[in-house]
Amino acid sequence: MSAVLDILASAGLWAAVLRIATPLILGTLGALLCERSGVLNLGIEGIMTFGAMIGWLSVYNGADLWTGFLIAALAGGLFGALHALLTVTLGLSQHVSGLGVTLFASSFSYYVFRLAVPVAGSPPTIVPFKPIAIPGLSDLPFIGPAFFVQTPPTYLAILLALLLAYVVFRTPLGLAIRMTGENPHAAEAQGINPMAVRYGAVIAGSALMGMAGAFLTLSAFNSFFPTMVQGRGWICIALVVFSSWRPGRALVGALLFAFFDGFQLRLQTTLGGAVPYQLFLMIPYILSIAALAVMARRARVPQALMQPYRRGER
Amino acid sequence: MTSPIPVLDIVGVSKRFGSNLANDDISLSLAKGEILALLGENGAGKTTLMSILFGHYVQDKGQVLIDGVALPPGKPRAAIRAGIGMVHQHFSLAANLTVLENVTTGTESLWSVASRRSEAREKLLAISRRFGLTVDPDARLGDLSVGEQQRVEILKALYNDARILVLDEPTAVLTQVEAETLFATLKDMAAQGLSLIFISHKLDEVMAAADRIVVLRGGRHVAERRAKDTSKAELAELMVGRTVTRPVREASTPGEIVLEAAAVSVRAQGVDVLKAVDFRLRAGEVLGIIGVSGNGQGALAQLLSGTLARTSGDLILFGTPVEDRLSVADVVASGIGRIPEDRNREGAIGEMAIWENAILERVADYSRRGLVDRKAGKAFASRIIDQFDVRGGTPTSRTRLLSGGNMQKLILGRNLINRPRILLAAQPARGLDEGAVAAVHERILEARRAGTAVLLISEDLDEVMALADRIQAIVGGRLSPPITAEEASAQKLGLMMAGEWQAEQTHAV
Repeated sequence: MSAVLDILASAGLWAAVLRIATPLILGTLGALLCERSGVLNLGIEGIMTFGAMIGWLSVYNGADLWTGFLIAALAGGLFGALHALLTVTLGLSQHVSGLGVTLFASSFSYYVFRLAVPVAGSPPTIVPFKPIAIPGLSDLPFIGPAFFVQTPPTYLAILLALLLAYVVFRTPLGLAIRMTGENPHAAEAQGINPMAVRYGAVIAGSALMGMAGAFLTLSAFNSFFPTMVQGRGWICIALVVFSSWRPGRALVGALLFAFFDGFQLRLQTTLGGAVPYQLFLMIPYILSIAALAVMARRARVPQALMQPYRRGER
Repeated sequence: MTSPIPVLDIVGVSKRFGSNLANDDISLSLAKGEILALLGENGAGKTTLMSILFGHYVQDKGQVLIDGVALPPGKPRAAIRAGIGMVHQHFSLAANLTVLENVTTGTESLWSVASRRSEAREKLLAISRRFGLTVDPDARLGDLSVGEQQRVEILKALYNDARILVLDEPTAVLTQVEAETLFATLKDMAAQGLSLIFISHKLDEVMAAADRIVVLRGGRHVAERRAKDTSKAELAELMVGRTVTRPVREASTPGEIVLEAAAVSVRAQGVDVLKAVDFRLRAGEVLGIIGVSGNGQGALAQLLSGTLARTSGDLILFGTPVEDRLSVADVVASGIGRIPEDRNREGAIGEMAIWENAILERVADYSRRGLVDRKAGKAFASRIIDQFDVRGGTPTSRTRLLSGGNMQKLILGRNLINRPRILLAAQPARGLDEGAVAAVHERILEARRAGTAVLLISEDLDEVMALADRIQAIVGGRLSPPITAEEASAQKLGLMMAGEWQAEQTHAV
């Protein structure tokens, strides 16, 4: 029991929570934005992989870190445009198209990586983002080192969550996106072009997914390997449901999951001798399913999610 | 009527869909403060014309003038800006958004950094006060009743400063009381200077609410009448293109009692939906159950269809007391035909073929060695299509493609073709046009002649008075004692529907 309390009382755990949460926050926001407009984007896993690869590759070839981050976002947006072409313009199944984008983007990432970087014994590395201590706040005891000594993309992710919450709920654009996700025919009757809204939301959302991937190679680690996203994209899809399609709650959900994950990592090192570590690995997922079961029952799913929109049809 | 230029002028509009000429050179005009009814059967081209007006479709020929200025075709935004507001039959609303959000979507520039919510709320409240359309701006739309949702749809149009309001079959989803409130509101709007067009195929409401009536048939403008210079009979003939008379029941002697309920009560989800109801249904007669929707009709129909169990009382079917509850399989096996209230949801499965819907209730009869006998099923569907005059589909076409009237004929046919002993008909003519109503009524009377006992649940006075031998009113889950058709008058039934039979009875005694 004291081991558990020691873990909870260490600033290292809480600093790790924010670090683990960052790609989840960005990915969940991206998936949430797509779904608010009525498009499920299962391309997330592949788009994150590609973002991780292309961001890293750019920096490896001499670009600075922020340029790498931006290129990852643009690449994500391009895959978003592909998904939008398939699901919005052509009205294909969003499940099938999304999984197709994931398969394509994942293998394409590895292909490009292997073309650009020859096989080597140990993977090549770059110099990642350095943590920045926020003046003043980082000097606070415990809270300071836990929350205010992070790399810039982490701060950016939190700001983006607040910004997206504002856009979705407080601006005419956000209302147009929500209306499109609820009833595109009603949106059109009010003079909004639902196709344009969906394209915009899917491209912007996918750019966030690309950034989520880039965080892994440019901040969390310093090299790229093809399996590094490790299902984080799928976690994001679940977190969207957990958050009831609300950006603020998505932030909370991502932090909660990251907390479980950071906690189990440390439990492994303290109790790992007595209990097989695989049991600890399961903890965040089991707790997520439990939380999802509780939250999702009350969630109000966007009514037009996964329904292609065609003009003049009802 | 006083202004020289009409508010709206539709000039020579034509629209073709494939081989179907939906609108053929239609012209009409609308004056300020006028209520115009666009009357026609389903498929007469009313909705197409209004969709052109609103920019959802682009016409092949002709133009739409607002205050004498031509409207660019195919641009909903331009139509909104010109002051046209559309109230769709299937509401264009989002259930998960609030009333205010539904109304204000798209009314501000998409790129402004903040929604002006307090101003929007004030404007909405001002409009709702002006026209007496009370609604809570912060209520979630999905929590509102259908009537309130329609109010939101109207408010949405008015919020966009509509001067011309188009309502597509506004009463299709409303109860009688809600419909009356709506028409009072529309008259008030016209008095305040708005111009209104409402699309309808119901003669009563057209006569009651409109100043002028334009009749469309087969995509053509066939007649135009002032409401005060015409009659329901004339309009019916203009609309259908021939004289339609609804069939009327002829005298007959009913047979033995096939279904009897004695003090049957049903409690569902903690509510007493049926309270000690008594009725007797005899072979070869129509028993009409009249009442405003939501007074227990649903529970009564479900009880007799086997999908709801009674809590107390006795149910005697063909002389045998029903033990516990009827199962759906028993109901089908014992020859009870059912016409459910909502044909799209409970009556037929739109995505399935006509023949599949035809045999769905008795798949076992159309199976061989565990496989569906498609040939027999299609043959059965063909027989229904022939005998019941189902138009617009073959046995293999999708059921959704049928019009409401033809889908109802299919459901009727499926139930009547094997001569059921009891027919349970809930709102059988709801939403159908005049020709289809006559056809459905004729079939029900035909079944009655053949000795079927018909339980007719309806909220349409004309329908019940034309078909039923005896009538009971349903109010708050209670049934009135029966009166004969000869005793019934619209006034008396109206009182019974308001629950006034207890007083009547004591007088009689």
